[in-house]
Amino acid sequence: MASPSAIPVNLITGFLGSGKTSLLQRLLRSPALAETAVLVNEFGEIGLDHHLLRRLEGDIVLLQSGCLCCTIRGDLGAAIRDLHDRRERGEIPFFRRVVIETTGLADPVPILATIMTEPVIRHHFRLGPVIATVDAVNGALHLDRQPESVKQAALADRILITKTDLAPPGVVAALRRRLERMNPAAPIRETAPDLPLDAEYLLAADLADPATKSAEVERWLAADTATGEHGHSHDVNRHDAGIYAFCLRFERPLDWSAFGIWLSMLLHSRGADVLRIKGILNVAGSDRPVVVHGAQHLVHPPVHLERWPDEDRASRLVFIVRDLDRAAIERSLAAFNRLANPPSPSR
Amino acid sequence: MCGLCGVLGGAEHWAEGRAGDGPAQPASLRPRAERLRRVGLANAVLTHFSLTLGDWQGAHYVLSSRTGRSEIVDDLAHLWLAAERMLGHACDPLDPALIDKLEREG
Repeated sequence: MASPSAIPVNLITGFLGSGKTSLLQRLLRSPALAETAVLVNEFGEIGLDHHLLRRLEGDIVLLQSGCLCCTIRGDLGAAIRDLHDRRERGEIPFFRRVVIETTGLADPVPILATIMTEPVIRHHFRLGPVIATVDAVNGALHLDRQPESVKQAALADRILITKTDLAPPGVVAALRRRLERMNPAAPIRETAPDLPLDAEYLLAADLADPATKSAEVERWLAADTATGEHGHSHDVNRHDAGIYAFCLRFERPLDWSAFGIWLSMLLHSRGADVLRIKGILNVAGSDRPVVVHGAQHLVHPPVHLERWPDEDRASRLVFIVRDLDRAAIERSLAAFNRLANPPSPSR
Repeated sequence: MCGLCGVLGGAEHWAEGRAGDGPAQPASLRPRAERLRRVGLANAVLTHFSLTLGDWQGAHYVLSSRTGRSEIVDDLAHLWLAAERMLGHACDPLDPALIDKLEREG
């Protein structure tokens, strides 16, 4: 498990032409990216000339904002390890955060897996919020035709609808509703060149920060209402590559061991179709809620919250799945939980 | 690494932390009772697949099949991998027959 001082790694994902590079260019000018190392595929793509302070080595440059920018040559894991080595040796300026821009066609999961499971990297780094850009003009078309685009939006922790200045308001609103249905746990914001950009919210303010973790969980729980009456909700839409979201509630406390057995078994057999799971659990034997979140086969170390965010003491789990039956998931988890807590005969 | 068996110590699986309050403790300090309880719960599921799990020195688990195959596993993630190797298919918690069985017994 990563130490509390682990360096957060953010991913900026999004389909080709969805505005990742414009977002990155704006972030690079922001003081929020000082002491950040940015990994991109090509310098040429982001046009660094105006911001360049000096070239440190062949593949690393220092920008005026204090941000380091490097190209990924080949293996991402090697690039991250190399950055850390050079930081430790003092060969490059100190950095506190890493931002990776993925290619538009990339499936983000292998990158998440590298950060969360590669033995050296996970010791020094931790995953921060994943940001997905969705283009207001062409986003719906990409979602219709490109399964990668659906997956990128479904896996994100924050979604940015870009180029809203170029699309009619009705189109933006319809895209927003579609994204909310697909990924109700990720807050969606709109951006255009003249709108301010909240870099702190995009990159930080996550579960690892004691000051913001409650707020982050509250954003997820908004999904409980966004998916309808506690998830008895929207039809499984036939678009979006069979990907849809729902929220399950469990009024009885969950047994941690039974939950661990259940979720590890589910992710082993069905992980490819469980795009995200996020939730707050009322664990038997604990007064404080436990927060779990994962993506496909990857599960983050569970986090305790100091207190419940509201009066509701039910466990609430948001699932974003592909072609899995909501009722089967609910029945299965309830059955596993009953193994640990058989109902009393009087009930 | 364990000097007797040469098993490398890996990072702790996310589900092997404590159920109650407070930070997760290393495996060597965790109450053995909780570990044995986890084994019991896993067996309630594994019996559907004719497999049995046992604790191995408080640090690992042993998964066994009725045909006498057995394998040492470190944690729950490895457990399901090993079970798939033994069965030739993954153990699916959404399998209606398994859910029916657990609902009858639970």
